[in-house]
Amino acid sequence: MNFYIVSLIKAAVVAGALLTTLAYLQWIERKVLAHVQLRLGPYRVGPHGLLQPLADVIKLLTKEDLYPPYVSGFLYFFAPFLAIALSLSAIAVIPFGPEITVFGIRTHMQLTDLDVGLLYILAISSLGVYAVALAGWASNNKYSLLGGLRASAQMISYELPMALALAAPLLLLNTLSLRGMVDGQAGYYLGILPRWSIFQGPWPQIFGFVLFLIAGFAETNRLPFDLPEAESELVAGFHTEYSSMKFAAFFMAEYCNMITLTSVAALLFLGGWHPLFPAAYGSDYVAPLLFAGGAVMCFYHGLNPARRRDRYTLPVFGVVFLAVAAALLFPPLKPVLIPLFWFAAKVLGLLFVFIWVRGTLPRFRYDQLMRFAWGVLFPVAMLNLLVTGVLVALF
Amino acid sequence: MSDVANPAPAATGEQHESSSGPRRLVLNMGPQHPSTHGVLRILIELEGETIVKANPDIGFLHTGIEKQAENEHWPQVTPLTDRTDYLSNLINNLGYALAVEKLLQVEVPPMAQWMRVMLCELQRISSHLVWLGTHAMDTGAMTVFFYCFRERENILRLFEMFSGQRMMTSYIRIGGLALEPPRGWEKAVGGFIRDFPSKVDEYEDLLSKNPIFLRRTQGVGFMSLEDLIDIGVTGPLLRAAGLKWDIRKSEPYSSYERFDFEIPTRTASDVYARYQVRIDEMRQSQRIVVQAMEGMPLGAWKTDAPRVVLPDREKMKTQIEALIYHFKLVTEGILVPRGEAYSCVESPRGELGFYVVSDGSANPYRVFMRTPSFANLQALGPMVEGTLIADSVASIGSLDFVLGDVDR
Repeated sequence: MNFYIVSLIKAAVVAGALLTTLAYLQWIERKVLAHVQLRLGPYRVGPHGLLQPLADVIKLLTKEDLYPPYVSGFLYFFAPFLAIALSLSAIAVIPFGPEITVFGIRTHMQLTDLDVGLLYILAISSLGVYAVALAGWASNNKYSLLGGLRASAQMISYELPMALALAAPLLLLNTLSLRGMVDGQAGYYLGILPRWSIFQGPWPQIFGFVLFLIAGFAETNRLPFDLPEAESELVAGFHTEYSSMKFAAFFMAEYCNMITLTSVAALLFLGGWHPLFPAAYGSDYVAPLLFAGGAVMCFYHGLNPARRRDRYTLPVFGVVFLAVAAALLFPPLKPVLIPLFWFAAKVLGLLFVFIWVRGTLPRFRYDQLMRFAWGVLFPVAMLNLLVTGVLVALF
Repeated sequence: MSDVANPAPAATGEQHESSSGPRRLVLNMGPQHPSTHGVLRILIELEGETIVKANPDIGFLHTGIEKQAENEHWPQVTPLTDRTDYLSNLINNLGYALAVEKLLQVEVPPMAQWMRVMLCELQRISSHLVWLGTHAMDTGAMTVFFYCFRERENILRLFEMFSGQRMMTSYIRIGGLALEPPRGWEKAVGGFIRDFPSKVDEYEDLLSKNPIFLRRTQGVGFMSLEDLIDIGVTGPLLRAAGLKWDIRKSEPYSSYERFDFEIPTRTASDVYARYQVRIDEMRQSQRIVVQAMEGMPLGAWKTDAPRVVLPDREKMKTQIEALIYHFKLVTEGILVPRGEAYSCVESPRGELGFYVVSDGSANPYRVFMRTPSFANLQALGPMVEGTLIADSVASIGSLDFVLGDVDR
């Protein structure tokens, strides 16, 4: 009985946190992109546009749900549902932190610890291609069809280098359980260099990490590989005919896939929640210091406001930041929050790279994309795997 | 909500049965499409993603400006020319003004000529900025667009300072300029133009050596010089194919012969070569603006021809002759001697020609515009056939047409 209650609570917490992150990831993306592009981004709804995600959700919910007469009925409805269901279920095996004790109950910060966690994620994310292909086909629109075709070819092609890139750290860590993988990256070389996969001997997985990220861009249909929805060519690609919540489902699925992907990258290559340097050198104080620094910044700019509204909003943010910093130092909360901070920092850092790339790079052409997958990524990933295998066998 | 009425897509006529060979898909690109730059419709026959045939369908922005010009007084045509190629208004104004001035045989004072050159080059820069931004956007690079529009905004502010309008300036009139240049224009223009090369460097940082951009543009949209000349293509497209043809050099107008600038050319004749040519042209235009600003002659800003240009407001209020001229000009219009004249200018898109015919009355008998966009657009079909959809988008961007200029 206890197990079910704890699982339910955990599911609620994870789902709530995930959906909030999804909404705010979009806010972060718009803000970061805006500042890359000399704009301010969302600014009207709430202080610094912080309520924009809420407004977007309301907008999407209340938009007319178009049902074009020429679509292929059941599949047209099924595709967005499939997309969102698959991408949300992938998060179930992602661990966010180590074992913790809350109110006397010891539990993992993870919904479920599958022995084949990584295989599960790979399987679920490969199924995602069905949603896109079906949406493109069922929409009965030429742009959608082309987008769906592109997506299926692209995602299947990039699955392969991605799986090969993932296989190499598996050889080092010797497990498929995501929790086990993170445990395999604990500790430090010479007391300072973390034993993350990208640093771990005998063959650091730095190439594997880059390969995985590149393939990940393609898997999540992000620039420079966003061909399935290339708006300058295919209008909106596979979701041209979708509106309202059906469109939102695709949109959320894309962001959810991004979170899953960056989480896997952080878990497999960047040591999960293990800090960059040992606690003996004060890594526990990085997070409180960061937040305290943020608070100081907020107070400073609140006292010297550039806009009149900042005089009120920025000090409030400052107080919030200070509270977070205090919570990070508070002994009972520390074992939960510090690993969570390191994990979130890694995931957010990777997400920032995704957004940054979107603001910088042009888009590949379809044939170049395929050639890149099969001609560059695949051989390099294969070589990386071979070298890792040989070195692991020898040492 | 019935599923029965919707059979599988393949059966609903989505795929077009072609008389020859395999089944082809006809994609109706436009008139509402993000990268047709206006209301162009292109019928594309696809085999997979390869374009077998592309047929541009123009006319969605037909405004009848040429015909409308016949019902206006000569000076009233100037605002109409603004609205053909809406990215290079001042250059259109200049082309029309030059043609009419040729008929009237009036000489424009040096200050007005240099001011025209300066403003036209600013206009060229702003037009190329729009092209660069949208072209980069078509290839997927969003940020360049915003960088370009930052500088374009500054140029539009300058235009507003001169004429009171940001886009539809109508600032270059028959016989000179519309208004006296505003106080402090040297400082405003100078402040912008001296920093401009560093801004071009910024755009180049993002694109020129970007491997993805190179792969998207190099060797794409190739057309041989002979084909381009046969179709009548002019401007940067022709120069990117290696022909050093620029009206500013070959038939200098408005004192262009007094300026020191180069005509950038490339020989590759692909999308990347056109990109390089236009980037270099922005740098050359910057040089011209600096020269025009530094060597700006003093003197009148409109010609001394009371039957052509409106008198000063001050004189009109105090002198009877000026009042009479003003009254006659406004009510009767300019009486242009019988005859015909052709004058051409180098617009950002190529050779922009105005062929005007006068029957001696106050209205033009005919105003024909030889617009570069129209000729350049004809190259689209042969350029994209046999390439991919993504290439067609890059090619469309490299043609840099303005639909208002095509349809007028």
